Amino acid sequence: MNQPHPHVSTQPVSAVRPPVTSVGPIGWIKQNLFSNWFNSLLTILTLYLLWKIVPPFLRWAFVDSRWYSDGAACREADGACWSVVGRNIRFMIFGFFPHDQQWRPLLAMLILVGLLFYSRNRKHWKKSLAYAWFAGLVIMGLMMQGGIFGLTEVESTQWGGLPLTLLLAVFGLTAAHPLGVLLALGRQSRMPAIKALSIAYIELIRGVPLISLLFMSSIVFPLFLPEGVTINKIVRAQVAMILFTAAYIAEVVRGGLQGMPKGQYEAAESLGLNYIQTMRLVILPQALKIVIPPTVSILISAFKDTSLVVIIALYDLLKTTQSMLTDPQWMGFSTEAYIFIALIYLICCFFMSNYSRRLERELNVSR
Amino acid sequence: MKRFAQCVSIILVMVMLCGWAAADTLEEVRKKGFIQAGVNGDIFGFGKPDEKGVWQGLDVDTARAIAAAVFGNADKVKYTPVTAKTRFTALQSGEVDVLTRNCTQTLTRDTAMGLDFCQVNFYDGQGFMVPKKLGIKSAKELNGATVCVLPGTTTELNAADYFRSNNMKMKPVVIENTAELYKAYFAGRCDCITSDTSQLAGNRAVAPNPADHILLPEIISKEPLAPAVRHGDNKWKDIVHYAVLAMIEAEELGVTSKNVDDMLKTSDPKIQRFLGVTPGNGEALGLDEKFAYNIVKQVGNYGEIFERNVGVNTPLKLERGLNALWTKGGLMYSPPFN
Repeated sequence: MNQPHPHVSTQPVSAVRPPVTSVGPIGWIKQNLFSNWFNSLLTILTLYLLWKIVPPFLRWAFVDSRWYSDGAACREADGACWSVVGRNIRFMIFGFFPHDQQWRPLLAMLILVGLLFYSRNRKHWKKSLAYAWFAGLVIMGLMMQGGIFGLTEVESTQWGGLPLTLLLAVFGLTAAHPLGVLLALGRQSRMPAIKALSIAYIELIRGVPLISLLFMSSIVFPLFLPEGVTINKIVRAQVAMILFTAAYIAEVVRGGLQGMPKGQYEAAESLGLNYIQTMRLVILPQALKIVIPPTVSILISAFKDTSLVVIIALYDLLKTTQSMLTDPQWMGFSTEAYIFIALIYLICCFFMSNYSRRLERELNVSR
Repeated sequence: MKRFAQCVSIILVMVMLCGWAAADTLEEVRKKGFIQAGVNGDIFGFGKPDEKGVWQGLDVDTARAIAAAVFGNADKVKYTPVTAKTRFTALQSGEVDVLTRNCTQTLTRDTAMGLDFCQVNFYDGQGFMVPKKLGIKSAKELNGATVCVLPGTTTELNAADYFRSNNMKMKPVVIENTAELYKAYFAGRCDCITSDTSQLAGNRAVAPNPADHILLPEIISKEPLAPAVRHGDNKWKDIVHYAVLAMIEAEELGVTSKNVDDMLKTSDPKIQRFLGVTPGNGEALGLDEKFAYNIVKQVGNYGEIFERNVGVNTPLKLERGLNALWTKGGLMYSPPFN
């Protein structure tokens, strides 16, 4: 029986490769882009549009563009005028901060960004980090304000540009979040006065647009102050933004609190925990974790809302750019300038949403 | 309820009156050591920071002149940029001491709004700009034209009034942002654009082809732009008023920032009184006798600040026009300094 059957081959047949049109890049293209006539049509249409849009844009942005010229040279060029950013970058970023002192806000911003980056890693969340933040804030304040150690004093009215945007955003968000949590707890409270006040506050603030709050803080509020007493414009705007953001965060957090099963409250009570302990140890850690995505989306929109302070003539990043664009030399190059600040906003917002995703992943180990 | 409302309104009125009665801006300004001026922030040539963040413009120089008069130092000014909406509140609430922000003086603002306007520092007026190729020589030929205009300003209203009173039709193209408005006009979106002539001229100067556009001769509104102070503080108003007038008088007397030191030795009694060599004016205003000297020395006369900020050698390329001295056919006229 060892005799091989004459009709059976003992040699393995060499494997036939699948047709080139169904594997590799070609296969992928065929499967994903040209699987039927409708997809083929869409693919061709998209390619045509890309071909129409991308090369002219690249040409405009990189080939025909001017990178560091004056306005007149820009007008002769066909492409983008990035000089409008390059030539005015210091005013756009730092606003009215005295020209020879602008390393100070730069340093303050670097410290802030550094601290934020360091705090990203939850392993670093120790007591030393709190001290680092405290020291960092003191140094930042010193850098911005000056007045001691031989630094010339710079009043807050001269702060502007990116430091102002970051200041409004970072302090606004860090102050608004705890306030929002308190309001959410207040709204859930069994004490009628606290509950009524919280509801009234939340509904009142959510019922008006941020612009009207800013106008109230900058136009109506000063009229109620006694003659001669004025409160810093930045502080007024900052408070308005905190009040506004807190109301929104409160409602998001309330969603998280209501999402907690009743058993969690009862379990905490049966352990003999009082209200504060229940909230701090059992409910809030879980509730706040659930609401990370909506909270971050509110924080991101609050960050972008800081640009609304242009209407009360605070020189944040957007306003310094607009102001610079009214110079006849640079008038008409708004596209380039706005693209530049859009990139700055994009980077900041991307950082925030990226971090929130990471936080969610890390906190999700229990599930 | 009615009595409650009455009480509230009485209290409010009293609070406001107290505020005004107590206000002695000169005293306060001296105490704090600087003048807080409300400025525009967005208009080149009038009030706008340059790329180093230093304030420049005709209105800024007006504020500097007031500081030179009060402190003998034109740098003792702090600027608060205010918008069209916040400007009057900023003044009424005491956030700023003086508004040098191209505000048009009108009867209502001067009375009901509790402001006092001082000497005009720029006479503007609304006009039209059209592309040359349309062949239009007068605004009367604009029947049926599409007009680029900023919304919510008196500009829009003035244009509509002008077209209606001349039995013409207009199609307004309303764009909120100034820079975008001019972009639209230069792209051929409208037949003509209307705004204050100083603005039109300034924007024409930076057009792709300035020679392709002309300003029509008709001026359809009066826009006297003047510094404003709180109503009822006459001493402070006098100071702001005469600080501006001193620059005009200096030009008429031929005193400039360059020759003012030589002029101190002149025998002309008018100039001697003006510069405080013969005392009297300063004391009358409650200022240093040298206040006019300081203004001219540190800021310049009106002709100088005009040419420096908006004149023919600047991007705005404005002619003196109505802002020339009365001796040269303009409206700038100062009462005698004695």
